[in-house]
Amino acid sequence: MTRITLTVDGAQVSDDVEPRLLLVQYLRERLGKTGTVIGCDTSNCGACTVHLNGTSVKSCNVLAVQADGSEVTTVEGLAQDGQLHPVQEAFRECHGLQCGYCTPGMIMQSIDLLNTNPNPSEAEIREGLEGNLCRCTGYHNIVRAVQHAAGQGAPS
Amino acid sequence: MTATEVENEIGRDRRRKEDQRLITGRTRWTDNIVLPGMLHLAMVRSPFAHATITSIDTSAAKAAPNVVTVLTGADFGEELGVCINAWPITPDQVTPGHSPMPSDRVAFAGEIVAVVVARSAAEARDAAELVDVEYDELPAALDLKKAAADEVIAHPDLGTNKSAYWVFDSAEAGTGGNVEDAIAKARTDGIVIEREYRQQRLIPAFMEPRSVVVDPTGEQYVMYSATQIPHIVRFALAATTGVPESKIRVIAPDVGGGFGGKLQVTPEEWIAWAVGRRIGKPVKYTETRSESLVSGHHGRDQWQKLTLAAEKDGTVTGFKVELLADLGAYVAIVGGGVPVLGAFMFNSIYKFPAYHFAVQTVLTNKTWTDAYRGAGRPEATYAIERIMDELAVEVGVDPLVIREKNWIKHEEFPFTTVCGLEYDSGNYEAATEKAKEMFGYDALRAEQQQRREAGDPVQLGIGISTFTEMCGLAPSRVLGSLDYGAGGWEHAAVRMTPLGKVEVVTGASAHGQGHETAFSQIVADRLGVPFEDVEVLHGDTQVAPRGLDTYGSRSLVVGGEAIVRAADKVVEKAKPIAAHLLEASVDDLEFSAGRFSVRGTDQGLGIAEIATAVFTAHNLPDGVEPTLDSDAAFDPTSFSFPHGTHLCAMEVDTETGALNMRKYVCVDDIGTIINPLIVAGQVHGGLVQGIAQALWEEAVYDDSGTLVSGSFVDYLLPTAADTITFDIDHTTSPSTTNSLGTKGVGEAGTIASTPAVVNAVVDAVRQFGVNDIQMPCTPERVWRAIQTGGKGGATTEAAMPHFDEGEGS
Amino acid sequence: MIPAAFDYVAPTSVEEALAALAQYGDDAKIIAGGQSLLPVLRMRLNAPEWIIDLRKIESLRGIRDDGDAIVIGAMTPHSVVGSDPLVREHATLISEAVGHLADAQIRHRGTFGGALAHADPAGDLGAPVLCLGAEFVIAGSGGTRTVAADDFFVDLFETAIGDDEILTEVRIPKHTGWGAHYEKMVRVAHQWPIVSVAATVRMDGGTIAEARVGFANMGSTALRARGVEEALAGQPATEDGVRAAAERAAEGTNPPSDLNGDAEYKKHVVGVLTRRAVLAAAGS
Repeated sequence: MTRITLTVDGAQVSDDVEPRLLLVQYLRERLGKTGTVIGCDTSNCGACTVHLNGTSVKSCNVLAVQADGSEVTTVEGLAQDGQLHPVQEAFRECHGLQCGYCTPGMIMQSIDLLNTNPNPSEAEIREGLEGNLCRCTGYHNIVRAVQHAAGQGAPS
Repeated sequence: MTATEVENEIGRDRRRKEDQRLITGRTRWTDNIVLPGMLHLAMVRSPFAHATITSIDTSAAKAAPNVVTVLTGADFGEELGVCINAWPITPDQVTPGHSPMPSDRVAFAGEIVAVVVARSAAEARDAAELVDVEYDELPAALDLKKAAADEVIAHPDLGTNKSAYWVFDSAEAGTGGNVEDAIAKARTDGIVIEREYRQQRLIPAFMEPRSVVVDPTGEQYVMYSATQIPHIVRFALAATTGVPESKIRVIAPDVGGGFGGKLQVTPEEWIAWAVGRRIGKPVKYTETRSESLVSGHHGRDQWQKLTLAAEKDGTVTGFKVELLADLGAYVAIVGGGVPVLGAFMFNSIYKFPAYHFAVQTVLTNKTWTDAYRGAGRPEATYAIERIMDELAVEVGVDPLVIREKNWIKHEEFPFTTVCGLEYDSGNYEAATEKAKEMFGYDALRAEQQQRREAGDPVQLGIGISTFTEMCGLAPSRVLGSLDYGAGGWEHAAVRMTPLGKVEVVTGASAHGQGHETAFSQIVADRLGVPFEDVEVLHGDTQVAPRGLDTYGSRSLVVGGEAIVRAADKVVEKAKPIAAHLLEASVDDLEFSAGRFSVRGTDQGLGIAEIATAVFTAHNLPDGVEPTLDSDAAFDPTSFSFPHGTHLCAMEVDTETGALNMRKYVCVDDIGTIINPLIVAGQVHGGLVQGIAQALWEEAVYDDSGTLVSGSFVDYLLPTAADTITFDIDHTTSPSTTNSLGTKGVGEAGTIASTPAVVNAVVDAVRQFGVNDIQMPCTPERVWRAIQTGGKGGATTEAAMPHFDEGEGS
Repeated sequence: MIPAAFDYVAPTSVEEALAALAQYGDDAKIIAGGQSLLPVLRMRLNAPEWIIDLRKIESLRGIRDDGDAIVIGAMTPHSVVGSDPLVREHATLISEAVGHLADAQIRHRGTFGGALAHADPAGDLGAPVLCLGAEFVIAGSGGTRTVAADDFFVDLFETAIGDDEILTEVRIPKHTGWGAHYEKMVRVAHQWPIVSVAATVRMDGGTIAEARVGFANMGSTALRARGVEEALAGQPATEDGVRAAAERAAEGTNPPSDLNGDAEYKKHVVGVLTRRAVLAAAGS
């Protein structure tokens, strides 16, 4: 067991964990942050994407012990005072989700994408989301949602 | 607000009710559920495709830390139950027994042979590694054609791999002529086109891996499962494990996609059920993605032998379809019914005078197959839409011309097809005209010609698919005539709460489709209540006790109609009460926009007020029961038949075989649209799944029966970077088979797009002598087809996953 | 999905890390960014008893100008390398290739040295570092040594780094003013390349003065195409000028046959991609 202390969605937490525990398992099983989900075992799907110290990572591909001392933001930490994050709002507005399983990861990666490139082209959006799989939407409305969040006009 | 000012909910692009919880992570996936004292399961799976189990030593695993027990098939009796096939397609179907956990012999790689129960998932997994199973490997039946020839037997005790042979013949059925006569005639003075197409094996690959929690505490046993079919699971548990239905509650919480892949009664559910009952504590099993890919049922996997007879001018005179369909190791719940669901669709939108369909279902030592988005209809659409292109080439006309020559004209509806189905409505001309215009068809054909003449290394192809499908599973009598083990009705209840809100209970079980929103819109219109005041309840057999769940594009067409009827009953029940309270005659009342009013006066009562009055029951007419709540079950009398015209422009890099989709246009007629936003989403997602069959996905096995594409590294799902923005629109000819005029849209995109894409690829390289490329159309296959002027080969000979190579760093 | 249990240590200096390696030997595995290692552990294809994490060793991070070379610390994340102006100016080929590596999340976490030490022949960085003649600085108990790129990749997932050694940094000779292009062929964006071609050229007017060309997934290691390079020298940067040289691309390659193409196909396609990559690098 290794003692870790980190900040998750603004709250400091401290736990003894097995070194093999993945960050996503720590979030889900120890903290009850079940908004972040697991979709694969090869780091292809991106469903578990969270922000680690401000940039997106796949939380299945980080050990909890490696997040010691870090700041983690999950989809559950985005809305502030009942106000949705603009990217969350855009996903709803543009119907950028169906079953919703990939959605937490998609939203977290979309935010990261817009943080580094606030006015992306469609091609840049598509490439920026290449680490996130969705089986429902065909990506069409996810791309629209990111465009919408970037202020690029109304959805269609 | 007066009645005339009320905007109809039906047709509005309402944002979804479901989304608030999904975008904030406030979700209830099965794997999120944690119960007091809950134990975790890990499965021990066979690495061999076919082997006798000679011994299982669980002693080391049992001694591992925090392991509660380790169980094998031999530890259970009948309480383990069996996985059932609900649709024996012929009376003499050969159906191997399917224990969830066999103790003597395994029939595919990935089959469960032991289950470890431990206090944590990690400890269960650790102990699973310690279970020592010894096998005697048996020869495995892997190749579909060889299996059909009984070269190696998948289940030696059965003596054959041939499970069932099912035939539909229009001459025998009296719905058309004799196909052999048509072919014989065409051989002398017409055109005969013979092709063999491959439907590769696919994996549904829903994003949420399957998970099951069984809670045996309390009076009812509760199963939470990531399933499309909680009602059918409950039925099957009762039927096979000896627990009465009244003691079983199945809950499908938030379910992350299914696409047919969660339309199953699975060994994992049955094992969790048996272990939970045995131990008396809640248990959870959540599969890994790798387990999901190897053990969740696969889809498609057919060889299609086709013979099309036509007159010299391209008028089709007969179509003969002979299928081999791979069932995998067991006959799954729908199983051989999947190709049968396609049997009536090979004639598609066309007026064929003679038709013959035959399918041989075949057992192999691979993962079982079953429904995958479209289930039978994509296979049929692919075959007919590919071969109509071949006919156009033979006749020397544009492929749209050959289609128009043969399709049912809009003034000919209703039209009874050569399969005996009555198509109620449609307008193929209108959809095609609109699609051509959106696509810029003539300009793209001109560009194609230009590129051909210039010998451009990048060639352009145009692919067409004018599809139809049958939706709305299903008239129960039809299912009965096909020997399916259940009906096709759906159930609904509409309840008024004391404060005037509406609860809608539906037996359809959504897993991403947006039922909560669409059904709310329907009820809001019907009862004249605000959209926000409607709550849709589903996915729990104790909340929605009757239902047949969600698959086959049935939820709206069948389930939606049941809701309409239940809502209408609420209005009928409210009417005498309203009359009583208004001191008016029932005959003087009219109901509009949620309000009963007395004709010719300004007197009226809202339905919410009546609900409150019913709750207090202080002043009801004599003999009227104090409730407005109403149930309805709807059993359709016919299918619905959405159709559409899909056009795809594909660039082919002839130097590498790489493909670049330029444009994709579709115009679908799905009848009345409840919510255009949800419909667009269904179409987009459906398109990409169909396109993915054409271009990327294939479940590949090696020579020993190991699934090579056993992870997302090798089973290739497309990303946002691999797909394009689609151009979609609609024409509308309402269905006459339900009061809303809806037709179903869940599978349309998938059914239509696959042949449109492959037709485009083949069209781009036809001048090199190519008339087919096997799916998925990999760059290698496309390049090789160009080189050899023939079919692209299979990749299976060179099967090797990426991940086996690495040790990591 | 759950790795086998291991013990974990996160030393704060290279010396401590080397001591840990010496102590645990074959039972230990080094984790850098972990983006290739963790999937392997999750699927239990490997189960080391110890994981030695380099994340606390600050000296292994960063990019600096060192006169005629730029130096990239082994623990520098791909995303940092990809956006670094020094790399962009003096090792453009690296900038081009890093942008194609996996996906954004993995580029945030994965490291330059980790990917190279992993030595996946289908990885995106092997061919570029070969082309640029990089030098690998490797620390061991006896001090540090430098290995030339040509000697670094030994075989499938095997490098010149000894079991008791750690890659600390990679020195990349400046190729200021060289045009560069990385041509990666995939079926879907998130997969390993079918074939990749890295090309960088020094132009003299419209003529290719010098060229460096390398391949991913064309053998058991990343490869450099010296025959192509020789044939390109002095050629005009035109389709015709480059075509003959590019046709030599398959020489000496031994690509694996897999689900995305057999060896014959890859040997064909590498020639096409080489022509395109060289022309793109030459700006034509």
